[in-house]
Amino acid sequence: MCLGIPGRIVQVIDAAEQLAMVEVAGIRRPVNISFICDDLRPPEACVGDWVLVHVGFAMSRIDADEAARTLAVLQEMEDMQSELEAMRASAEP
Amino acid sequence: MKYVDEFRDPAKAKALAADITRLVARIPRARRRPLQIMEVCGGHTHAIFRYGIQQMLPEEVEFVHGPGCPVCVLPMGRVDDCVALAERPDVIFTTFGDAMRVPGSRKSLLKAKADGADVRMVYSPLDALALALKNPDREVVFFGLGFETTMPSSAMTLIQARAQGVRNFSLFCNHTTIIPTIKAMLDSPELQLDGFLGPGHVSMVIGTRPYAFIAGHYRRPITIAGFEPLDVLQSTWMVLKQLAEGRCEVENQYGRIVPENGNARALAAIAEVFELREFFEWRGLGSIDHSGVRIRPAYAAYDAEKKFHMPNVRIADPKSCQCGEVLKGVIKPHECKVFGSACTPETPLGSLMVSTEGACAAYYNYGRVEGLARV
Ligand code: SF4
Repeated sequence: MCLGIPGRIVQVIDAAEQLAMVEVAGIRRPVNISFICDDLRPPEACVGDWVLVHVGFAMSRIDADEAARTLAVLQEMEDMQSELEAMRASAEP
Repeated sequence: MKYVDEFRDPAKAKALAADITRLVARIPRARRRPLQIMEVCGGHTHAIFRYGIQQMLPEEVEFVHGPGCPVCVLPMGRVDDCVALAERPDVIFTTFGDAMRVPGSRKSLLKAKADGADVRMVYSPLDALALALKNPDREVVFFGLGFETTMPSSAMTLIQARAQGVRNFSLFCNHTTIIPTIKAMLDSPELQLDGFLGPGHVSMVIGTRPYAFIAGHYRRPITIAGFEPLDVLQSTWMVLKQLAEGRCEVENQYGRIVPENGNARALAAIAEVFELREFFEWRGLGSIDHSGVRIRPAYAAYDAEKKFHMPNVRIADPKSCQCGEVLKGVIKPHECKVFGSACTPETPLGSLMVSTEGACAAYYNYGRVEGLARV
């Protein structure tokens, strides 16, 4: 819950709602990207970006190396497994 | 995995640990008593145990495991409120999975669910809001907890609920705020902290400036730290270097994630929806002034505390629990009388045993660590 999980924005679902599809460790789910968008970075410009996702919200833009490192740490934590489980459960329609 | 290895390199870790020993020799205070460094965040607590970082350090340096795991500091009375809400037939009670097993005075949410209450684990407050849209004849309550890392998400969810005119959704707000909490630790006569490892992800939202009072008013060093083993080790080294050089500053080891000014949009969402409470009750620590937030009147229609009657009873922790003393670093987890006997991760008595980020659970799980120290 407290640790962000790295994911990659693969597609904008709804630009007005600032909702994007993010792929997190192989799981796709809608994520709110309003906290990392601004006038210089509208939602469309965010596709391909790596972000740190906390409880369904992208909270920070990160680089690919940081994403790999963070994933490696999380992989070793039990919490990550239950987070991913929760994410997977909620990703299903 | 080059970049991962870089943060695990045992040679680097050994070099840092040796450097730490040299630094400590330059700090006169360390000869009288161990230097106490508090890691505020449960993620750091977890890393310290997982990788055996304490064992890599000289005896003169001790980590004190702070109150930064929001699940661990939930008082029993609050859990009882959750259970009471969840047991209402009209309510779908939604929560992060982490909070399910925290013991209340009667039962945990997990037990309430087993007993027939409609408790659902969600990954995001947005999922709870979606559930409300799908179940217009039920009241969906989301149990919001966490520091500034999760606070913006709850705020944005309420902003959306209001914009969409949803009427059957509310937040049971138990969000806590980090700065008054650290201040309470600094003011506590039981604690003699020499420095801090600052929380990484909270700081990504609030930035580094709000910590200035720690260095200024309280004259203690703080380093905002990442979660890799070498991040934690390097941040500890940075704190000790400040102590050795007689400096007190806010330093940022986690600059790759934490900007000086934090996240402006997330802070704006928090300010729009939440205001400080006069005080908030913590498990084991008692009441801490201004350490929690509540929902502003403009969003009262989404405030579960306004919408429903809450028992709101203060329940003392069981006598045998020593969570408060562990939280304040007065005793180590294994020194608690019930550690490993009446209180285990399977049957937690205190909430520090519930979350893997709680000091007791981390101690229990990694008591016999094969960490970085012995690679
Ligand atoms: S062992 Fe259990 S009761 Fe004792 S301090 Fe830890 S969590 Fe609390």
